[in-house]
Amino acid sequence: MSTILEGLRYAESHEYVKVEGEYGYVGITDYAQHELGNVVYVDMPDVDDEVTAGEDFGAVESVKAASDLISPVSGVVVEVNEALNDNPELVNSDPYANWIIKVKLSDPAEVESLMDAEGYKAAIGE
Amino acid sequence: MENKRTCLYDKHVALGALISPFGGFDMPIQYSNIVDEHNAVRQACGVFDVSHMGEVLVAGPESEKFVNHIFTNDVTDAPDGKIYYGMMCHPTGGVVDDLLVYKMAPQRYFLVINASNIDKDVAWITEHAKAFDVVVEHQSEKYGEVAVQGPKTEEIVERVLGIPCKELAFYTCKELEYNGETIIISRTGYTGEDGFELYGSHAFTNEVWDKLLASGEVKPCGLGCRDTLRFEVGLPLYGDELTDEITPLEAGLGIFVKLDKDFIGKEALAAQKAEGLKRKIVGIELKDKAIPRHGYEVEADGKVVGVVTTGYNSISTGKSVCMAMVDIEYAKLDTEVAVRIRKKVFPGVVTKKRFYDKNYKK
Repeated sequence: MSTILEGLRYAESHEYVKVEGEYGYVGITDYAQHELGNVVYVDMPDVDDEVTAGEDFGAVESVKAASDLISPVSGVVVEVNEALNDNPELVNSDPYANWIIKVKLSDPAEVESLMDAEGYKAAIGE
Repeated sequence: MENKRTCLYDKHVALGALISPFGGFDMPIQYSNIVDEHNAVRQACGVFDVSHMGEVLVAGPESEKFVNHIFTNDVTDAPDGKIYYGMMCHPTGGVVDDLLVYKMAPQRYFLVINASNIDKDVAWITEHAKAFDVVVEHQSEKYGEVAVQGPKTEEIVERVLGIPCKELAFYTCKELEYNGETIIISRTGYTGEDGFELYGSHAFTNEVWDKLLASGEVKPCGLGCRDTLRFEVGLPLYGDELTDEITPLEAGLGIFVKLDKDFIGKEALAAQKAEGLKRKIVGIELKDKAIPRHGYEVEADGKVVGVVTTGYNSISTGKSVCMAMVDIEYAKLDTEVAVRIRKKVFPGVVTKKRFYDKNYKK
């Protein structure tokens, strides 16, 4: 059974966004990290890069495959999780504590179109 | 078309394996995770279901002559129990398949071929056998196969299975009686570690699998780590480093091509050797941890100079490395090249294909 946190918003492509004020922390869900297996590299954008909801902003690489990261929100990257450069496996051990990018949201209302915890739970069949 | 299943399929499902199609079979990719399974083989002992591999028996008065005709390596006067690695080639020099040839007995050869090529190979072998006094028997349905691999394998096979194997030298095999059937054991594998491969009936294969797992000393390992293991020690996989269009010389396998005898493809390969290669498979080590994968482009001097055949972040070394087919002018060791990974280009350098040293017991 995957961990799904209340209060976060979820995309069908298995990214989450945790909104705090005008910022959103974006990462991959517990379900996604489990499906991927051992994460060995996280390809992250640069600070000040723009991200657009529904478009890719990087990739998570497991031993076997690369999986695109699709941004659930639009805005500007204000921080990337540098810890993942040296310890990408943190995405496996705690995907919610180890967000990938922090975004200054350009349209906070966007998150309303994402799933809530209950909706995501249903979407992954749990 | 429905994928085939091996005789151990139900056991993989019961173990909770991730199952994916490979070579026309539904095969276990991993049971726990690729990293743990990979490390079990490097450090202790792992068992793989490789029953998807194909087996073909060639027998008869002209079997030596026939095998030499279709095989790049030379089996002339082979001692019984000796195993040879090599390829079957098209007249163009491209590879039909890479395979092991087991010299079982006088006039009896056991060919082990790739699952993905079984239909193609059997048709190829059967067609070319018509001109020889040989019998070809396709035995893939008859045999299950497990590969037991890792530094502790020899001791475990002897103690847990009760099969004596210490005296078997690298790349040799023997037949022995086990529960009333004749099985084959060989000191071979596809991981760069010491180990054995066992061929027998489906019942034998299930018994071996059950006994090894019940011992608690052998980890079930999927095709995921089989690929990372073979890759690290520079072994080719048909479909990646070898194809109908890639020759053994381009793949760096010239030592398994004996140009001093006749075989299908010899003329093309001799000519390629005389003219010099135009491209070659090399190793590339990236400076970053981004992972070069099959099909990604290799760039240098502002142009595409090759393509990645297999790549990983090496589990044993932590480095991002790949094998790649590159234009010959970029194939020298230490040549600076780059690999395009998604939107970025990552710099690297040409290395040997062997990223981790083999640990064979010879």
